[in-house]
Amino acid sequence: MESLGNVIMYVIIALTIIVFSVLAVTTKKILRSATYLLFVLLATAAIYFQMDYEFLGATQIAVYAGGIVVLFVFAIMLTHKPGDDAQPLESHKRIAGIIACATGVVLCGVALFSYAKFCGKSLLATGDFTIDQLGEALLSTDKFGYLLPFEAVSVLLLACIIGGVVIARKR
Amino acid sequence: MYLIPSLIMFGCGVYGFITRKNMIAILISLELMLNSVDINFVVFNRYLYPAQHDGMFFTLFAIAIAAAETAVAIAIIINVYRVVKNVDINQITKMKF
Repeated sequence: MESLGNVIMYVIIALTIIVFSVLAVTTKKILRSATYLLFVLLATAAIYFQMDYEFLGATQIAVYAGGIVVLFVFAIMLTHKPGDDAQPLESHKRIAGIIACATGVVLCGVALFSYAKFCGKSLLATGDFTIDQLGEALLSTDKFGYLLPFEAVSVLLLACIIGGVVIARKR
Repeated sequence: MYLIPSLIMFGCGVYGFITRKNMIAILISLELMLNSVDINFVVFNRYLYPAQHDGMFFTLFAIAIAAAETAVAIAIIINVYRVVKNVDINQITKMKF
């Protein structure tokens, strides 16, 4: 089983994720919702650091916390006048939402707890994965190479830049 | 073990996606769901196949695609706001203005 420090870190991360994701979808003010989303994303980055994927955690912080949350805050500032939060954020479809959410969570939770004997499994050694190997794997064309999705993502980002400019420019 | 917070995060995302009326709040719920799927990729990779790193690369590409998708969605939302002066999904009933 794992060490006490890992268990404490797990409890902290899990509580942060659960509490702030519940708050992010139930709070009344939209800017608070974006802030709670930021905390959830940072806790997710902490999970990646716990799993020894440092590059992935750094990417998560840089892209999500540095890019997407700032984008959200800008969009909220542009589309909501400060002071008037008179419009309610939630519609009256609350019952349908609770039913859908509870059904999915209960089904997946039953499936998860039927495999609960794997839950206490401790982490195996990851086998010395460095940034060199990550770069090699991203740009190689052999069996575990990811050149094609890498280039596809670059084309997608270019299309996204052009699309964003075309959609949002002034007519 | 980390699948439990991920599961609850996905449930919150589904709840917010159905009940919210504000378009930006719906997008925030969508981000929660995408994020929980990323956690699942990494956890399954790390616990079941620690010698390979396919789940990590999937998550890396999923983060990039999520960023692109959010940028385009926010551009659309700002454009809709410029026309309708509102981001409430009940008031946006036309696709073409």
